[in-house]
Amino acid sequence: MAPAKPLLSRVADSLYWMARYIERAENVARFVGVNLHLMLDLPSYEEKQWQPIVDTTGDANSFLERYGKATQDTVIEFLAADDKYPNSIFSCIRAARENARSVREIISSEMWEQVNALYLLVRESRGLSPDALPRYFHDVRMACDQFQGVTDSTMTHNEAWQFIGLGRTLERADKTTRLLDVKYYILLPSIRDVGTPYDEIQWSAVLKSVSGFEMYRKKHGRISPTHLVDFLIFDNEFPRAVRYSIGRADRALHAITGTPAGTFTCSSEQRLGMLKSELDFARVDATLAAGLHEFLDGLQVKMNRIDECILQDFCAQSTASASATA
Amino acid sequence: MRFSAYETTGFYDELFEPSGFPRPQAQLLINTIESLSDGQLLRYQHAADRLLLQMGITFNVYADSAGTERIFPFDLIPRIVTAPEWVRIERGLAQRIHALNEFIDDIYHEQKILKDGVIPREVIFSANSYRPQCQGLNPPRRIWCHITGTDLVRHTDGQYYVLEDNLRVPSGVSYVLENREVLKHIFPQVFEGLAVRPVNEYPSRLLEMLESIAPRSVDRLCVVLLTPGMYNSAYFEHSFLAQQMGVQLVEGRDLTVRGGEVYMRTTTGLERVDVIYRRIDDDFLDPDAFRADSLLGVPGLMAAYKAGKVSLANAPGNGVADDKVIYAYVPEMIRYYEGEDPILPNVPTYLCWRDADRKHVLANLESLVVKSANESGGYGMLVGPHSTAAERAEFAAKIQANPRNFIAQPTLCLSRVPTIIEDHFEGRHVDLRPYVLYGKDVYVLPGGLTRVALRRGSLVVNSSQGGGSKDTWVLAATEPS
Repeated sequence: MAPAKPLLSRVADSLYWMARYIERAENVARFVGVNLHLMLDLPSYEEKQWQPIVDTTGDANSFLERYGKATQDTVIEFLAADDKYPNSIFSCIRAARENARSVREIISSEMWEQVNALYLLVRESRGLSPDALPRYFHDVRMACDQFQGVTDSTMTHNEAWQFIGLGRTLERADKTTRLLDVKYYILLPSIRDVGTPYDEIQWSAVLKSVSGFEMYRKKHGRISPTHLVDFLIFDNEFPRAVRYSIGRADRALHAITGTPAGTFTCSSEQRLGMLKSELDFARVDATLAAGLHEFLDGLQVKMNRIDECILQDFCAQSTASASATA
Repeated sequence: MRFSAYETTGFYDELFEPSGFPRPQAQLLINTIESLSDGQLLRYQHAADRLLLQMGITFNVYADSAGTERIFPFDLIPRIVTAPEWVRIERGLAQRIHALNEFIDDIYHEQKILKDGVIPREVIFSANSYRPQCQGLNPPRRIWCHITGTDLVRHTDGQYYVLEDNLRVPSGVSYVLENREVLKHIFPQVFEGLAVRPVNEYPSRLLEMLESIAPRSVDRLCVVLLTPGMYNSAYFEHSFLAQQMGVQLVEGRDLTVRGGEVYMRTTTGLERVDVIYRRIDDDFLDPDAFRADSLLGVPGLMAAYKAGKVSLANAPGNGVADDKVIYAYVPEMIRYYEGEDPILPNVPTYLCWRDADRKHVLANLESLVVKSANESGGYGMLVGPHSTAAERAEFAAKIQANPRNFIAQPTLCLSRVPTIIEDHFEGRHVDLRPYVLYGKDVYVLPGGLTRVALRRGSLVVNSSQGGGSKDTWVLAATEPS
């Protein structure tokens, strides 16, 4: 058997970011799509809740500066079409495509065509009429899912493919923690809403935001905040749960390095392994008792550090030279 | 769509005889097209345009803002080259490339051709593309022009002429392969009954040639394709060829020279590189040897190349023979090095540094095409019959200021091929760029890029100037009966 061809550091970096951007776009499309639905279920006297969606991005300040008040129009403009905002669906797909273009000979032609099709789809997204929006967000999500399917079925599952999986799963874990962090206050019982049907609606919306409503029902039945947190953070089978995603990222990383699972040779392996163990052996009731927000905050800090370590361990050579010649 | 109103007079038409009847080799093609139901051909054309966009087969336009991409328009009606015509082209190109290679090797070594007075010394040393850094260089197998994309045009007399040699970093071969794929996908029945020679062996031939010039013999040679990056106008082609050959596509920042050898930076450390198919101009290849401000290149690359630690295709310095003044001497080179008459003639060329030629050029600007000696891509030229008095005055001043930098040629009546214009056919001017590989021997890809000037009456076929392309069919020889 021929030994595997080496992977350029620059290429690994581009593949990782291509996957992160696609995943990010998909999550934004799902969050916004679900919120559009949710607003229809809320009573008309209720203030329409678009600010929480902006908060999940971590870019609320940038939104405030440019748009001010969070309404359906401004939030959708910001999150879907804004070409100046780097995490809008449009910008993410554009960035994913630029990354894909720079590694076009590494990925399969089918993958390139799919990311190109996504780009052609979102390029036309400005000024969609309100009745076209649900369809649009659905199409973006499906096209992102197709990209993943095409990736898994047309590309050799080699080192390059593992970098794609690594980027995708880390982004996914990050987005699920952010969603929970923004929505955790509605999971806490408040006097006004106790026993109203709106709890159920809000909690369902959180689950739907990660395409987890049906799977949650199969596992836990009735919706309760504890089970919901357990499901979204600690589930080991649901693909958007933080623990599941981190477990997948860990496997991808070990496939890249060839180091046996449970051991490490570089700092990204060490930190990812520690996070994985933490999630594997934690209890949901203890986590809630200690404070969900603090826990989620800690997860995000750790994941950011892992991201930095991955770039340092595998891509530092190319970044070092790029800055030396810049 | 029918050809009944198609106009063939005044120019050589590749598919029709002056009488208006299809040429014998085009009869089947014309029948197939005419047998389509109304609107079908236009639907195919739209499907092809859409496919190119979906496949992201685009080029970048420098004049536009960064990153603007366009598809290279593709016209469905192919150009046909018969087997006997192709044999002549193939032989002519092999002869020409061989002589050019001898010439470049001679210039960077003994300069016999200058000593024998066949070409004036000052013509060589005043060429912008002459590289003193390459003096005494010995590329593997003494080959300097590994990949060439010679531009041919057919005049009203039916004869093919060589317009340019494009020895440096010729592009466009990916369109040859993709155009064929698109046509087979969209309009497969058009190939029925014809023996069109396949073009898809090009990437294997290219890889074979690149491996044949490797500086060492190891089981697993590392061949890479060096690109200036994704904003280069030919980036699609760079990634396409790398993908088709299964080699790494690298940028300058992916490579580094350590201990006199070239390495690429990978996730597991440094990996030795043997052969570089570079798609970066000489000037930007190595800031230590050429332009110091180049950010695209690899410091130390030329030193490694000179030491025989890495091979480059094409060899630096080979652009000396691309200079349009030196081009005028290629027929002399063929006689000098090959002892033969050229099979493919040059376009007659006036050299403005010669007093008599310059006088003639200045007096006849309305009828001539003036080109600067070092530009390509359709830039820096004056097409006399289509020019204004102000443009002619501007060029006259430029010529007088720097006669060495200008040549002039008669305006050729480029041959035409029927082209879909809105809802009917019109003749449009074409050229032909075959691709030649030179490794163990000379290989000419049976096909080529037929570029077509889509604007009515235009003679400029470059993609940057509103040109498109067509599939080029080289027919296989039929068995003698």
